[in-house]
Amino acid sequence: MRIVVCMKRVPDTESVIRIAPDGGAVDTADLNYIINPYDEYAIEAALQMKDADDSVQVLLLTVGESAAESTIRKGLAMGADEAVLLQVPKDLSDPLGTARLLAEWLKANPADLVLAGKQGVDFDHGAVPGMVAELLGWAGASSVCALACEASHATVEREVEGGRERVRLPLPCVISADKGLNEPRYASLKGIMGAKKKPLAVVDCAAQSGALGSLEAPPARPAGRVVGQGAAAATELARLLKEEARVL
Amino acid sequence: MSYKALDFLSYDSLLREEELAVALEVRRWVGERFLPLAMEAFETDRFPFELAREMGELGLFGATIEGWGCAGLSHTAYGLINRELERGDSGLRSFLSVQSGLVMYPIWRYGSREQQDQWLPRLAKGEAIGCFGLTEPDHGSDPGAMVTRAEDKGDHFLLNGAKMWITNGSVADVAVVWAKLEGVVRGFLVEKGTPGFTAPLHRHKFSLRASVTSELVFENVRIPRSAILPGVEGLKGPLGCLNQARYGIAWGAIGAAQACFDEALRYQQQRTQFGRPLASFQLQQEKFADMLTAITAAQGMAIRLGQLKDEGKLGPAQISLAKRNNVAMALQVARTCRTMLGANGVSLEYQTGRHLLNLESVYTYEGTHDIHTLVLGQAATGIASYA
Repeated sequence: MRIVVCMKRVPDTESVIRIAPDGGAVDTADLNYIINPYDEYAIEAALQMKDADDSVQVLLLTVGESAAESTIRKGLAMGADEAVLLQVPKDLSDPLGTARLLAEWLKANPADLVLAGKQGVDFDHGAVPGMVAELLGWAGASSVCALACEASHATVEREVEGGRERVRLPLPCVISADKGLNEPRYASLKGIMGAKKKPLAVVDCAAQSGALGSLEAPPARPAGRVVGQGAAAATELARLLKEEARVL
Repeated sequence: MSYKALDFLSYDSLLREEELAVALEVRRWVGERFLPLAMEAFETDRFPFELAREMGELGLFGATIEGWGCAGLSHTAYGLINRELERGDSGLRSFLSVQSGLVMYPIWRYGSREQQDQWLPRLAKGEAIGCFGLTEPDHGSDPGAMVTRAEDKGDHFLLNGAKMWITNGSVADVAVVWAKLEGVVRGFLVEKGTPGFTAPLHRHKFSLRASVTSELVFENVRIPRSAILPGVEGLKGPLGCLNQARYGIAWGAIGAAQACFDEALRYQQQRTQFGRPLASFQLQQEKFADMLTAITAAQGMAIRLGQLKDEGKLGPAQISLAKRNNVAMALQVARTCRTMLGANGVSLEYQTGRHLLNLESVYTYEGTHDIHTLVLGQAATGIASYA
């Protein structure tokens, strides 16, 4: 079985995001990049299948700029077998452009199962996995919190309002992972050393992407207000929450 | 709260990609898995042993060794592991220093193939824990005067004596014990549970509380002939091990200093007095400037030490230079940061006080600050001030 995990690099979730002076991009100068956390669940799910069955091959597939290589190596260090970087001049923020590149590659290089995180924590589009499924004409399931695979089908569970939905999909299919699917492993030091020697192919791609319009930082939050002190303040706080903030 | 590791001169850019990857992964592990336990571990005088297996799975133990399931990393990467662990706690780093530098190293370097095969895989996985017995109740800086002795009884050795201040002593599955056999210092592997071997705990420490410290007592302990380390005789055996561990400490101390600096900086940026952030006051800024410089200088020493060690050119006096400087630096930084946290600095809710107390031990163990001073004095003048 061949599993392709779509992963991307995102700025460390604790980064302070600054907008470049021209307002058209994020200033990436001081950013550290990590594997998109939702993609880590997808990688872990694939690796657990590989742990259970030696014949499972796990390939990481990324659309991104050349600097994404070091983040991809991290995924290889976790235990994936090989990786392909669909290299574009700049990281894309366009889900359809990304999905087209991924789907095109997957048409030429078939997989039994495609896994991905449910969304990137940078732009939070949450759109790519569904688009890839649609472009390939495959079945898809989003935001899964449980996954089991058989020879010809995958069974997944999704958290829905008030319960869990179980879905059975024919393979090949595209499944996006939600938090709770598993506990992603750390890369072992041996894994990090071994990752240097694993194949990482770079495919030059023309970006088929719409240009980003402009970015704005969210407005600064106004200063808080001290309502009072001690027990007496509780009544006033409750009144304000009810009458002014209207949250109670 | 996120942690930003001070790297003012971009030393990280001197690292190989996989070395940096190791540092970042260990940093993440410390933040996610160790730090949530750190305060409780220190307060309750307990090493979180549940983490030993995880450390083994990560491949932290014996990381520079090739084979026996070890990662085969560079010495620079090993230094970075020490730095990141000590960012969490000196006790956590001590656990690694002992397991890697003082137990796995001598078994790998001086042990027989049978000893290597018996112990290295289990020690690497964290399934077995080791300790190292050199210091004695009456002999610390002068280990050559040790009184622990082994007698050759034909089919076995008989071990008598005591060792003091032994990290992991009470919990170790195997103790690397240095004792005199016919007047010559030799290493012995003594297994837990061997009759006559006991390891009572040291209690009431105010430092390295998240680390087990014990006495080792040997009363007519019969150990098999196969337990002797065949590959080394004399003090160069234990001192070779200490060079490994001291090298790691020179790196580790930086992690403790970075943690204190980061905490004090955040605190002073956020806390307002007289209508301004504390960090805006000149008295505080001078402290930041001094600490920034001291930490950055220590980082330079550590990275150069790593280069020399990776080239096989690192000498013991050079290790002494960095251990002495970097630990004294970290202790001073911790004290300064303690004052910068005001009253909160004495609370274990903040990390700095814990680092400060830990570093008092680090200053004294693995060659006291004063002994390293004398090593450097000899290196500078060519004259040994002690016999």
